[in-house]
Amino acid sequence: MLIRKPTDIPSSEITSETIYLQRRKFMGQSAAIIAAAGFGLPAPIVKAGLQEDDDVTPEQIVTQYNNFYEFGTGKSDPFENAGALTTDPWTVSVSGEAKKTGDFAFEDIIKGLTPQERIYRFRCVEAWSMVVPWMGIPLKQVLEQFEPTGDAKYVVFKTLYRPEEMVGQRSFFSSIDWPYLEGLRMDEAYHPLSIMAVGLYGKELPNQNGAPWRLMVPWKYGFKSIKSVVSIHFSRRQPVNTWQALASHEYGFYANVNPAVDHPRWSQASERRLPSSIFDPNRRPTLPFNGYAEEVADLYRGMDLRKFY
Amino acid sequence: MKGLSLPNPRWLKTTLWVALSMPLLWLGVLIIKELQQANSGLGTEPTEALLHYLGEWSLILVLLAFAVSPLRRRLGWPWLGQHRRFIGLFAFIYVCLHVLTYAGLYAQFQLAVLLDDFVYRSYITAGIGAFLALLLMALTSTRGWRRRLKENWRRLHRLIYVATFFAIVHLLWLRKDSGLAEAIYLLIYIGLVAERIVYHWQRRRSA
Repeated sequence: MLIRKPTDIPSSEITSETIYLQRRKFMGQSAAIIAAAGFGLPAPIVKAGLQEDDDVTPEQIVTQYNNFYEFGTGKSDPFENAGALTTDPWTVSVSGEAKKTGDFAFEDIIKGLTPQERIYRFRCVEAWSMVVPWMGIPLKQVLEQFEPTGDAKYVVFKTLYRPEEMVGQRSFFSSIDWPYLEGLRMDEAYHPLSIMAVGLYGKELPNQNGAPWRLMVPWKYGFKSIKSVVSIHFSRRQPVNTWQALASHEYGFYANVNPAVDHPRWSQASERRLPSSIFDPNRRPTLPFNGYAEEVADLYRGMDLRKFY
Repeated sequence: MKGLSLPNPRWLKTTLWVALSMPLLWLGVLIIKELQQANSGLGTEPTEALLHYLGEWSLILVLLAFAVSPLRRRLGWPWLGQHRRFIGLFAFIYVCLHVLTYAGLYAQFQLAVLLDDFVYRSYITAGIGAFLALLLMALTSTRGWRRRLKENWRRLHRLIYVATFFAIVHLLWLRKDSGLAEAIYLLIYIGLVAERIVYHWQRRRSA
C-alpha cells in the first residue's frame, strides 16, 4: 500500500487541518511545476470545479457524517459500526466484457498506480454538501488493466456483502436488496474526473468512507459513488442501480447533480453546505453538474436531463 | 389492572407538566451547547437535528393523546381522561415549534418556497394536513367552544384520526428507507386504531 495505515503514523505526524491545507497549497504549486515540466499531469484537475468560497470540510465531519446503509441508516452509524469491517485481505472479482477477468487481490490492482490528490465538491441527493480532499486513482487507469472489449458499454460495481460485519445488512426493516450496486456508462467511467478513492485527508480511507476503495464521481449525487467495492463487471446493458430499484421515480441511473430537476420530495435548487450552525443552515445554490458542467456537460449532449435524471 | 382508580390530585397534573416539558428542557440544554460551540449539542446538521427532534416528539405526544381513551378504558383509569385536553394541547405546542422551525429555518419564511413545498412535496402536504387538523382541535378545545358546538364537538374532534394518520404518513414518506423507530410508531398507531374498532364492535354487540 502506498498509504500507510493510521496506526503506523505517530500522533505527532498527524497534521492539523490548517497545516494540511497549507501543505496542500504547496503541493498544488509543485504539481503545477511538475506539469509545466512536461509530466503531462494537468495541475488544475486537483481542484477542478471548486468555487472561490469552497472551503474544505473539516475531517471530523467528513469521517463522522456518512450515508453507508450497510452500517445503519443514521448519519453517525457508519462511524460507530464500521470498525467491525475487515478490509485485509480484499478480493475484487472482475467479470463480463473484458479480456482479463477473474479474482484479483486489491493490492495487485492498484500496484504501480499512483494515487493523486483531488479536492472535490460532494453533493448528497439529500441536499447537504461537503468539500473533500480525496486521494484517488483515475478510474480509467484501473479499468484499462482488465482490457474491456468493444462490447463493454457499462461498468457495474458492487459493494461487499458480509452481514456478519455489516450490521445494516442484517436489518429486518431495510428494503434494500443487498449487495449495493451502482454503474456508469463507459465514457463516464473513463472521464478524467472519475476516480477510485483510496485515501482521505492524506490518510488511508477510513472504513466508514468506503475502505479500502470507493468510487468518486463528483458531478453526480453521492449515492452513485459506491463504497467498499468487491466486484467490477463490464456489461453490454445498463444496470438497475440499488436506489433506482428501490424508487425509480425518485432515483435514476444518471443521478447527475441538477438544480433544475427536483427530487419528488424535496427541492434540489439549493444545498446545505457543511459545517453549518443551528440558526444558519449555510444554504447555497446548487450548481449544474455540481460545478463540473464545463468538464462533463458534453457527455450528455442532446439528452433530456429531465427524463434521464 | 381494572379498577385501579386513583383520585385526581393536583400533583398528577404537575407530574404531567414536568414529564411533558422534559424533552423541551433537554432541547434547551442542547441549544445552549450549540450556541456555545457549533455542532456540539445537535450534531453536524443542527438545523436538521432540531427539526427532527421536534418532529419526533410531536408525533410521540400526538400518539400519547390518541392513546388516552384506549388506556382509560383498558386500564380503568378514569382520571386519565380528564387530562386528555392538557396532553393534546401540549402536543400541539411541540407541533407548532416543529412547523415554525421548518417555515423559518428551512423555507426562511419565503412564501414561494412554502407554497412549492405544500403542493409538490407529498410528505409536507401530509404534514400540513396533520397540522391543520390539530389546529382546528386546539382552537375548539375550550369549554366555550365545546358548549357551543354541542354534539358536533365530538364529531369535530374525531379529526384526531386524520391528524395521527397524516402524521404517520408524513414520517414514512420522508424517509428513504424505513427503520426500527418508524416500524414502532406505525405498530403503536395500528394498535390504537385496532383497540377502537374492537371497542365499538363490542359495544354494538352488547347493545
